Amino acid sequence: MSGPTLLQVSRVTKVFDVSPPWSARVLARQPRLLLHAVDDVSFAIRRGETLGLVGESGCGKSTVARLIVGLYRLSSGTITYDGLDVGALAKGRGPRSLRRKLQMIFQDPYASLNPRWRVADIVAEPIRAQRLLRGNRSIRARVDALLTQVGLAAADGQKYPHQFSGGQRQRISIARALASEPEFLVCDEPTSALDVSVQAQVLNLMRDLQRQLGLTYLFISHNLAVVHHVADRVGVMYLGRIVELAGKATLFTRPRHPYTRMLLDAIPDLAMTGKSRVPVAGEVPNPLSPPSGCTFHPRCPYANDRCRTEVPALKRAPGDEGAADDIVACHAVEESRLDVTPRVVRMAEET
Amino acid sequence: MSANRVAVALRQSWDSDLAYSFRHSPYAMAAAVVFLLCVGSSTFAPWVAPHNPFDLGQLDLSNSLKPPMWLQGGEPAFPLGTDDQGRDILSTILFGARISLAVGICSVLFSMVLGVGLGLLAGYVGGKTDAFIMRVADVQLSFPAILIALLIDGVARALLPRAHESLAFYVLVLSIGVSGWVQYARTVRGSTLVEKNKEYVQAARLFGIHPLAIMARHVLPNVLGPVLVIGTIHIATAIITEATLSFLGVGVPPTQPSLGTLIRIGNDFLFSGEWWVTLFPGIALVVMVLAINLLGDWLRDALNPRLRT
Amino acid sequence: MTDVRPAHPNALPARGARGPSGGLRPAHPNPLPARGEREPSVGETGHGRPLLDVRHLRIEFPTRRGVLTAVDDVTFAIAPGEVLGVVGESGAGKSLTGAAIIGLLEPPGHIAGGEILLDGARIDHLPHDEMRRVRGRRIGAIFQDPLASLDPLYSIGSQLIETIRTHLPMSEAAARTRAVELLQEVGIPAAARRIDHYPHQFSGGMRQRVVIALALAANPRLIIADEPTTALDVSIQAQIITLLRRLCREYGTAVMLITHDMGVIAETADRVAVMYAGRIVEIGPVADVIRAPKHPYTIGLMGSIPSVTADRERLVQIEGSMPRLTAIPSGCPFHPRCNRVFDRCLHERPELFDARTSRAACWLHAGES
Repeated sequence: MSGPTLLQVSRVTKVFDVSPPWSARVLARQPRLLLHAVDDVSFAIRRGETLGLVGESGCGKSTVARLIVGLYRLSSGTITYDGLDVGALAKGRGPRSLRRKLQMIFQDPYASLNPRWRVADIVAEPIRAQRLLRGNRSIRARVDALLTQVGLAAADGQKYPHQFSGGQRQRISIARALASEPEFLVCDEPTSALDVSVQAQVLNLMRDLQRQLGLTYLFISHNLAVVHHVADRVGVMYLGRIVELAGKATLFTRPRHPYTRMLLDAIPDLAMTGKSRVPVAGEVPNPLSPPSGCTFHPRCPYANDRCRTEVPALKRAPGDEGAADDIVACHAVEESRLDVTPRVVRMAEET
Repeated sequence: MSANRVAVALRQSWDSDLAYSFRHSPYAMAAAVVFLLCVGSSTFAPWVAPHNPFDLGQLDLSNSLKPPMWLQGGEPAFPLGTDDQGRDILSTILFGARISLAVGICSVLFSMVLGVGLGLLAGYVGGKTDAFIMRVADVQLSFPAILIALLIDGVARALLPRAHESLAFYVLVLSIGVSGWVQYARTVRGSTLVEKNKEYVQAARLFGIHPLAIMARHVLPNVLGPVLVIGTIHIATAIITEATLSFLGVGVPPTQPSLGTLIRIGNDFLFSGEWWVTLFPGIALVVMVLAINLLGDWLRDALNPRLRT
Repeated sequence: MTDVRPAHPNALPARGARGPSGGLRPAHPNPLPARGEREPSVGETGHGRPLLDVRHLRIEFPTRRGVLTAVDDVTFAIAPGEVLGVVGESGAGKSLTGAAIIGLLEPPGHIAGGEILLDGARIDHLPHDEMRRVRGRRIGAIFQDPLASLDPLYSIGSQLIETIRTHLPMSEAAARTRAVELLQEVGIPAAARRIDHYPHQFSGGMRQRVVIALALAANPRLIIADEPTTALDVSIQAQIITLLRRLCREYGTAVMLITHDMGVIAETADRVAVMYAGRIVEIGPVADVIRAPKHPYTIGLMGSIPSVTADRERLVQIEGSMPRLTAIPSGCPFHPRCNRVFDRCLHERPELFDARTSRAACWLHAGES
């Protein structure tokens, strides 16, 4: 699991200009409206591992995904893949081989396939675009093999996307992403549009493919249980920042950041049938005017004056004997104002 | 390869919902029959028409202003009567409809290509390109279409005083076409803005496909539905615009009369009692435009998923 | 519809009323008996006469390719104050069932068979005006998208007051007081001020609270909640579930909670009905169905849910996908995906058999009693 670093995201920021059109803005004398979708985010992914990224809607996790594959340009910071600069991809430059190695699986299986193309043409598109194979016959053979690999029949290539269910479409998406023989897959909520039984099929398939092809995943989801199932390490995002990043075992048994604890508490636990739990109050603030200091402070039961003014940095928790890259951005944790008893024990005490 | 793909897509849609909705819409079927009759008879006018009204050798002034055959003085050789030069009205209608249809279809194709291209560009590229194209469209929209057509026609006359007669058809197509592109551009820009953010377009960008290829192969086929609807209805509008221009005397020359020209010529005889010279071309125009409009309405409803049951 | 069902679908079987093999139970002379003949214990809750009683409901969609049966022979009951969870994957027919009960089936879909009784009186096929009075006054509705339930042009206060005054004889002022109380009740801070705000001024979670207030406005005895938390973030979901559960307990409102999320069901429901391909495949007390599911589909469904507490290499996988309405398999509709399929499943459709505390539509349980 702990191979060399494959993808390095360093102090990445993405700012979207969401101002009204220039003419309207000048007439109404409004300032520019800037949305800091991703704010100073850093993390690394090692070859062969799966990093999960969780957070609620609007926390910037999908923006991170699109920055990594070069669909958006970075506002600042750098992303390197195997030492190569990914930022150049967004500007239409960058080595072709990099394009090939970084692929993405999208959330909506109904919008990610062109409805007017046959499945075989959809899967063959990256092969043709990258000129990986020549000759219709060899492309055809490769497409058939890819379709079989994701659990579809080779004959399905002659059908159109609308003839498939959501889960099958997501398999087609995966086949297309695999067509250029990538090493790294960014998966942006790949199963959140699917039913649970189909989600299980797709998650199992993704795990099998990771084993067979030695893939590295960045797996983005709002569903903690899914992330728990697939990820080796997990980052938790809140309002454009990573608030906690830790190994799966640590994050789920000894969560440190109050937001992580809140998310974990919010999961309806099937084993706890009928038992009540305390939902955390409040909602995610408007990202256009985020709170000062630690952006979580209005919802945090441990917030004090320091939290309201000073942005906490990601660092190791005091007295943490865990791995060096278990980090958390919280003043309360740093000042040991927060108990970090393992979660299992806490739950037992409550009952 | 892609032509084959288009053919397959067409056949598929024809096999399914469109064909079904067509079979269950009597108006659409009647309109299609009328429209095909119009197109067929005017396309093959030289073979269908009883006379060739433009063959000066066939004209005989003694046949001038004969009433329709069922009235006193009418002759079976001229079923709908003749005009002041002895031309058979039925034949002039068939030949005139040919020009009207040609102008209508060609100008719509022209504005479609222009509008779809600019709309696709504006929607996909965005930013300043988008702002520029759309402001031009706004300015254009503030002039009536007829005014633009008159303007272009006037400029053409001034620039090409001698060649104008022979080029009249192209000037007409250009002037009607230019005044019509805005609607296509706006529609296509809107749909492009929606499509370009869909994940299949993002996926194509990931594979390193050139933006022009993405526009042509991914976005364009998915924004064409509304364009076809507008195009169909636009043919009717273009035919009327052409008729109006010809009626005003700035359209096609009287030696090659379109339906509009025929109506204008006939108009002079309305008060002297020879009503048929203008009435029958008028009826032909109304029937043709109505048929096209009904087809367009049906197509709009059939392609609108919200109305589909 | 060839085999005959017991008097009440959820009723516990009368001892000895059935032969050694469950499939060969004696035919009941009248499949839809009058009130008096019905067995007293309704559901597994024992609340007496059911509030909502759905019997043999069948919903059809005529299309040009033939008639599609989207809901087929669905039978269940909800006791007063009870929360029944209806769970299933997309296309299972759960939302259609809910829509049929509140009389909001989208044409051309229509009720083609069976009956729906509210407090003993039939409410299927009521005229539109009467159904509108039932809806709101006696049945409240909560939908997935709160924006779709709120009119953007009116303040939430005026919508609440209108709803209250439509169904209850109240003055404008009294209705306004009640509206403020309702908003406080559903946890909207500064309710007296926010009552004059418009839907777009509320966040998603707050909007769903307003919708719940609207559903409760006329104090109905039943609420149909169709995916009330699906559009919300996890932390907000937990708030809404807690709120819904508290209110129902306080007001004694029964809830039919339609969702695809077993977690929400586990937290909220008393009993759960699992739907598959337009039919109920398993129904029973929520703890039993979740801890010890009986139908192979429910077993697979439970195993396919990832958990934050258990580490598993692979999730249980049900092969294939839900059949399309145009091609529902013969016999048991689950048989092509079932790992315990045998001959009988291919040809004969199983009814709901007793399987310990739950009931499952599976031939494996035909012998139990």
